[in-house]
Amino acid sequence: MTEQPIIEIRNAAKSYGALEVLKDISLTVNRGEIVAIIGPSGSGKSTFLRAINELDPLSGGEIFLEGEQVNKRLPPREYERHINRIRQEIGMVFQHFNLFPHLTVRGNVTLGPRLLKGLSQADVDKLAEEQLDHVGMLERIDYFPSQLSGGQKQRVAIARALAMKPKVMLFDEATSALDPELVEEVNAVMKRLAQEHMTMLIVTHEMGFAQDVCDRVLFMDQGVVVEEGPPDVIFRNPTNERTRNFLRKHLEGRS
Amino acid sequence: MGLDFSVLGGFWGLLLQGTLWTVAITVLAGVLSYIGGVLFAVVALYAPAVIRWPFRLFEALFMGTPLLLQLFLIYFGLIQIGIDLPAFVAGVIGLGLHFAVYNSELIQAAILAVDKGQTEAARTIGLSRWQALRHVVIPQAVRAVIPPIGNNMIALLKDSALVSVIGVAELTLSAQQAISRTFRPFEFYLAAAVLYYIVNLGMEAVQRRIERRIAASR
Repeated sequence: MTEQPIIEIRNAAKSYGALEVLKDISLTVNRGEIVAIIGPSGSGKSTFLRAINELDPLSGGEIFLEGEQVNKRLPPREYERHINRIRQEIGMVFQHFNLFPHLTVRGNVTLGPRLLKGLSQADVDKLAEEQLDHVGMLERIDYFPSQLSGGQKQRVAIARALAMKPKVMLFDEATSALDPELVEEVNAVMKRLAQEHMTMLIVTHEMGFAQDVCDRVLFMDQGVVVEEGPPDVIFRNPTNERTRNFLRKHLEGRS
Repeated sequence: MGLDFSVLGGFWGLLLQGTLWTVAITVLAGVLSYIGGVLFAVVALYAPAVIRWPFRLFEALFMGTPLLLQLFLIYFGLIQIGIDLPAFVAGVIGLGLHFAVYNSELIQAAILAVDKGQTEAARTIGLSRWQALRHVVIPQAVRAVIPPIGNNMIALLKDSALVSVIGVAELTLSAQQAISRTFRPFEFYLAAAVLYYIVNLGMEAVQRRIERRIAASR
């Protein structure tokens, strides 16, 4: 018997009026798998990622987290309870960090566990210290976000998500807003998570990172998965014309 | 009859006592207006329609009618329905509610101006709608409004002179009492004006200190 997938998405569809941004996408992610989603701007890759925890709910299709349907139709109160519980299992990291500016680094990391996990203050502090140590930000624990660089902010944001002990982490262009010299420190943290077999879905523009770290790459364009496969195949030997065009433009732009 | 400021001499005690009452009213009404402003803002933005619409009417009444009239209603009017408030309490409530409505407008705007990514990040961790509001959005909004609310607090200090008409022995009424005994309106009103201004400077200093303290956390 095979293990139950962490994430299973069946026939995801989303449209804003007549505009279809996601068209019949299916995806299965197993425990410990690292999946990169690449594609041009407006291809729907961020929308797809944000649909997984219902920040941008789908208009059709089903999402399952370890067999439990995420986008269930429920009465408002039940739905609220259901989705708040589900979201604790799905960590998310944003392009613009979205750290809470009124809380210190410690406050940012402990807010969720303190309110939702029923831990004592001592346990919550220990948890925060562990997570911050993990991303190399322990010495900044009492700083406010405004006192940190972009790379440091993003590492704290990762620690904040990890503190909820999620089953899967979603990265929505986590390094796109960073100055080039700060990208590496965030990538290093993500690589370390990969080595620890965290299940991850990574929307990214960094082909090098996708190639090095990910087990599988999805190329999306105009709301569909055009091509999917191991990084060696997608990056070295793509079969689809659109994938080839995208990668050529992207690699030219970089060199 | 020329000006003679030596008449102030015997009345410093009275004037200082009046100043202390003015400070007490301003601080208490100010705190009430800040807390009330946050509550009113949350009701105005998030309460169900059956509460929200009557509440909007109440707000419009408070903004659209004279504060003096509101003080009369609270102090004299409520007695008729069996609520006999001490003048000081009536004054604090009247000023506090009146400015809470103004503060609520500022806080509503500040809540709506908090970046959407903040709520998204909070919800992503698993916080409920209310927890996200309570722990993430509102704390940022109340920090953002501290400068404009400071302006409202200066206005509150000045409008606190109105409670003299319901008999609270604050600075303006103290000056009037001194005048009724000395027939020296110019000297005493001028002295009161100077004292108001000094309190004003003190409030501005406190305001600046608060703004500096929260600078890092914005």
